Amino acid sequence: MSLVYTLLSLVVAFALAAVIIAVSGENPWQSFQAMFMGAFGDLAAFGETIVKATPLAISGLAVALGLRTGLFNIGVEGQLLVGAIAAAWCGYAISTPAFLHIPLCLTAGFVAGGFWGLLPGLLKAKRGVHEVITTIMMNYVALHLTHYMVLNPMKDAHTMAPQTPAIHTTAQLPQIAGIGNIHAGVLVGVLLAVVFAVFISRTVVGYEMRIVGLSSNAARSAGINVSKMLLLAMLLSGGFAGIGGAVEVMGVHHKFYDQFSPGYGFDSIAVALLGGATAMGTGLSAILFGALRNGAVTMQLVTDTPKEIVTIIQAIVIVFAGAKFLRGRQSQKWDS
Amino acid sequence: MDVFDPELLRSTLRLSTPLILAALGGVLSERSGVINIALEGMMLAGAFFGMLGSYLTGNALIGLLVGMTAGMILGFLHAVLTQNLKVNHIVSGVALNILSFGGTTYLLRMIFQHAGGSPPITGLSTWHIGKVLGDQNILSLSVPILVVLIGLLLFRSPLGLRLRAAGENPSAVAAAGISFRVLRYLAVTCSGILSGLAGVYLSLGQLNMFTEGMSGGRGFIALAAVIFGKWTPWGAAGAALFFGFFDALQMRLQGQAILGHAIPSEFMLILPYALTIIVLAGLVGRAIPPEALGSDE
Repeated sequence: MSLVYTLLSLVVAFALAAVIIAVSGENPWQSFQAMFMGAFGDLAAFGETIVKATPLAISGLAVALGLRTGLFNIGVEGQLLVGAIAAAWCGYAISTPAFLHIPLCLTAGFVAGGFWGLLPGLLKAKRGVHEVITTIMMNYVALHLTHYMVLNPMKDAHTMAPQTPAIHTTAQLPQIAGIGNIHAGVLVGVLLAVVFAVFISRTVVGYEMRIVGLSSNAARSAGINVSKMLLLAMLLSGGFAGIGGAVEVMGVHHKFYDQFSPGYGFDSIAVALLGGATAMGTGLSAILFGALRNGAVTMQLVTDTPKEIVTIIQAIVIVFAGAKFLRGRQSQKWDS
Repeated sequence: MDVFDPELLRSTLRLSTPLILAALGGVLSERSGVINIALEGMMLAGAFFGMLGSYLTGNALIGLLVGMTAGMILGFLHAVLTQNLKVNHIVSGVALNILSFGGTTYLLRMIFQHAGGSPPITGLSTWHIGKVLGDQNILSLSVPILVVLIGLLLFRSPLGLRLRAAGENPSAVAAAGISFRVLRYLAVTCSGILSGLAGVYLSLGQLNMFTEGMSGGRGFIALAAVIFGKWTPWGAAGAALFFGFFDALQMRLQGQAILGHAIPSEFMLILPYALTIIVLAGLVGRAIPPEALGSDE
């Protein structure tokens, strides 16, 4: 997607938001200023923006991976939840030194999220069932299932709150650089972005996935095993999302509590679309949305503009970026 | 306390009514070839604006019209985006859901200086329909009529035939000199109206107030009912009743043991989603969607 179009769609989104704020009787300029200060005003604010951007970037990569293969993984939220709870379990139930514990928890997140993505992938590859419907359903299954887990078998006995016990310090991602609360999860994010970029544009499997994404018929004619690619894409996409949840548990909350995710999995759809489903673009738009989410809290305190204006901006961005990204691509059909 | 009594039937009807209304909308939209995952957002908008209409005028029927109109506008928007601007149906649906959630919460804070919920408002008036059915309002009473009407429209009228053709083979419709886009506009806008009414039922028929995000995934359960009911009005309504029954049952059974075992309510809440996945997998019957569902042409 061209940079000009991306910037233009952001300008349009902000302009519409400004109109909405003005119609509501508030001052758009003051609101945006407060939002900017809340996001980048000082080192602590900047740190919080990066902390918020971290899960968005990782789950944005998950969505991007699906998009590149022609799949619309709306199930990132559910995959993120099961990844987070698996990582939390590894974090409190297992005792081992940090150099083992951290990779172990991240792997648990990957496996759980990957499994959650694999099921819709299987139905897509073997039965031609549209992944959007199954991933939506899987989101709700994950939501209720994790809710059940933190109320029953995994509940912390020392509190009334629906949450797991705290993970051991050996499973916690350390804070780095001393900037706000930035934790090592951001390094995990950068690493995954590099892996994503190399995999999708420098490997044969990545290339085959992209061909499937452009046209599954052409891919089939070229002898590419389309089913295998779809399965792999959903597995990896779910796995990335699971790591996104794991990182949030290990770096920020140090436990899994009910409804810890403010909808990262849904925000990540806008993040990936705006980023044109590339590693670099997704990372940058994650920082943008992290800044918006972080700055909006300050904006709501300083001015009377509700923080949900960011959600409205996001919806507009999705329409613009989504229209451009998917145009000309054959959307995968129900029965393939 | 007996588990199965008229109260269980009444709560099944209460919980199914919004699902059936939105599912009927989903059937219309998808039969015409437009994927509609925005049922959720349309329902939420209907709930909010229904509340607002009743709050401002003190008249719940005006609230109903306002809520219905809000749903209709979102439905129309979905049609404009998918049919004229050629935006991917899923992208448009995701955006509308997010817009509706952000927009209603934004307005809630703006108008009432309060997140969470609106003040209590005048709800729809009810009539007492005998001992078993209890009190019902205009929306729940019109549900059976709507199921029959939409069934007749889709399968017994020329318009319905064309509408289904738009979802199966739009080029054939075009070849017959009929604009399938007009048909889709009609169907998707109607699905907005029906989902808006489903939302009105939540805010004006049940709680008599609006709470943040009050549709709570019901739009997606309605979508599940559309698939579970194999894209027919009676099938979708039956599936919605079935889902509503299990929802009523899980509320009733909370904290109770059956045969010595307490069934976690979460497992029953998962049921509609799990069953839909099973049906889609072809393990119980086969759910075959309209041929041209989600296509541009």
